[in-house]
Amino acid sequence: MNMILTIASREFKTLFLSPLAWTVVAILQCILAYLFLTQVETFNLIQPKLASIEGAPGLTDIVVTPLYGNAAIILLLVTPLLTMRLICEERRNKTLSLLLSAPISIIDIIIGKYLGILCLSLLMVCLITLMPLSLMIGGELDFGKLFANLLALLLLVTAFTATGLFMSTITDHPIIAAMGTFGILLLLWILDWATGMKDQRSELFEYLSILRHFQNLQSGLISSVDISYFLLFTATFILLSISSLENDRLQK
Amino acid sequence: MAKLIEAEHLYRYYGRYCAVNDVSFTLAKGEVLGFLGPNGAGKTTTMQMLCGNLAPSSGQIKINGFDLLDQPKLAKRNLGYLPDIPPLYKDLSVQEFLHYCAQLHGIANNSIVHAINIAKERCGLTNVSHRLIANLSKGFQQRVGIAQAILHNPEVIILDEPTVGLDPIQIREIRNLISELGQDHGVILSTHILTEVQESCSHVQIIHQGRLILSESIAGLNQTINTGCLQVTTRLTPDASVLLAIPGVSSLETMAENKIRIHHHLTNDPAKTIAETIIAAGWELLELTPVKKSMEDIFIALTRSSDS
Repeated sequence: MNMILTIASREFKTLFLSPLAWTVVAILQCILAYLFLTQVETFNLIQPKLASIEGAPGLTDIVVTPLYGNAAIILLLVTPLLTMRLICEERRNKTLSLLLSAPISIIDIIIGKYLGILCLSLLMVCLITLMPLSLMIGGELDFGKLFANLLALLLLVTAFTATGLFMSTITDHPIIAAMGTFGILLLLWILDWATGMKDQRSELFEYLSILRHFQNLQSGLISSVDISYFLLFTATFILLSISSLENDRLQK
Repeated sequence: MAKLIEAEHLYRYYGRYCAVNDVSFTLAKGEVLGFLGPNGAGKTTTMQMLCGNLAPSSGQIKINGFDLLDQPKLAKRNLGYLPDIPPLYKDLSVQEFLHYCAQLHGIANNSIVHAINIAKERCGLTNVSHRLIANLSKGFQQRVGIAQAILHNPEVIILDEPTVGLDPIQIREIRNLISELGQDHGVILSTHILTEVQESCSHVQIIHQGRLILSESIAGLNQTINTGCLQVTTRLTPDASVLLAIPGVSSLETMAENKIRIHHHLTNDPAKTIAETIIAAGWELLELTPVKKSMEDIFIALTRSSDS
């Protein structure tokens, strides 16, 4: 356990030694802040009309839900860039042998690396959450819904990060790892679109789609099916990473 | 005496290519084992297997009595490893890097600073401890790699070509360090520089095409180096028949004018008599040296003979 934390904290600190993490966080905040402000503006414009409608969507529905939806898409683009160098850079720089010849297990290495990068993802989610919280200055928030959105995004980044970690474990090139992660995530994201066509629905595709589960949670419906989907997703990729790194030692 | 490393019948295949073929050896405390071999002989593969970076296709490795596969954590606790390319995080400072290594090796928090200071002192890194590793020269990076390997005071230290990229003064310092470490640890050193083995090792193993073709102590090796041949230079031309008459001398070979090689029986060294004879005859002795086979000769002879 101690070793996992050591590796995780080293990974987290290393991220901030290079400009990568700073740049990603800054750009993410910038874009989302802009989207957030446009949503607030929209709400201001349509607020008088909403007042006259019975059971109209509130501030949270109009500003917060789209914000988290957009954040999910941007994280889909950004996570591969953050996770691409996790293991494969170690392998390229031959520093992996430092970890492999130390008295730590491969499970420690993988989970440590995962937690390190997950900390950055969580930090980004926290920074995003500050935006809707700022609305409390002049308005009222539906905290239940905000919590549902936050939970959805948190589960989403744990899944994204695990995928990125796995892709980084199986390749030697950071770019390939990034492309692979992006490909898998995008495919799973849009899998749901195909099922909408010709009103033939595939239960399997619907279940596999990340978007479907994410939107279910976002709508405030916190069901154990969706939560366990994300947890299983994450666990699968972490286990695959462990076995892939283990394999590295057996056969080269 | 307890063996620090016991490697038994190691094999390693890459696909169908056999990189290491039935290598067995042991290492005891106080030994410095030199691992010699031409490029691609299987030195690095063997070392990677010893350090748990690579699983052997078959065979068993025990480090300080712990099996590397069954009890990897206990076995690796006794191990310090410097790979052929030093594993350094370039964007950390020397101090940060060593601190991380100390943590990885499970050194207790209150003794980390002490351990780092000792390692830095031994490798001459005290003055650069706050510089980024990326900005250090190759030699200093190599030293950081060595510091990393000896940081946790392991029983077994495995160094893969530790003197590559160092200047002659640094090489001497590192050799001294290795001999010093060899006193109370077991050290394995791989290299293709033969003099390095002669200077800093107590045992030598030559590996060629994945097989061990020689496993010998340096003292034993030195015996095979003696060829029973003396090189003699005089100012005046000596009389060959007088020299041949000396007991023990078997034949003469003229190298140049007044320079001859005298072959003799290994059991009976006639050097003293030869010197006395030459002086008594007034030929004026200028040089009398035993001719030795160099490590190169042995190395080349062994690798050639196993090729054919």
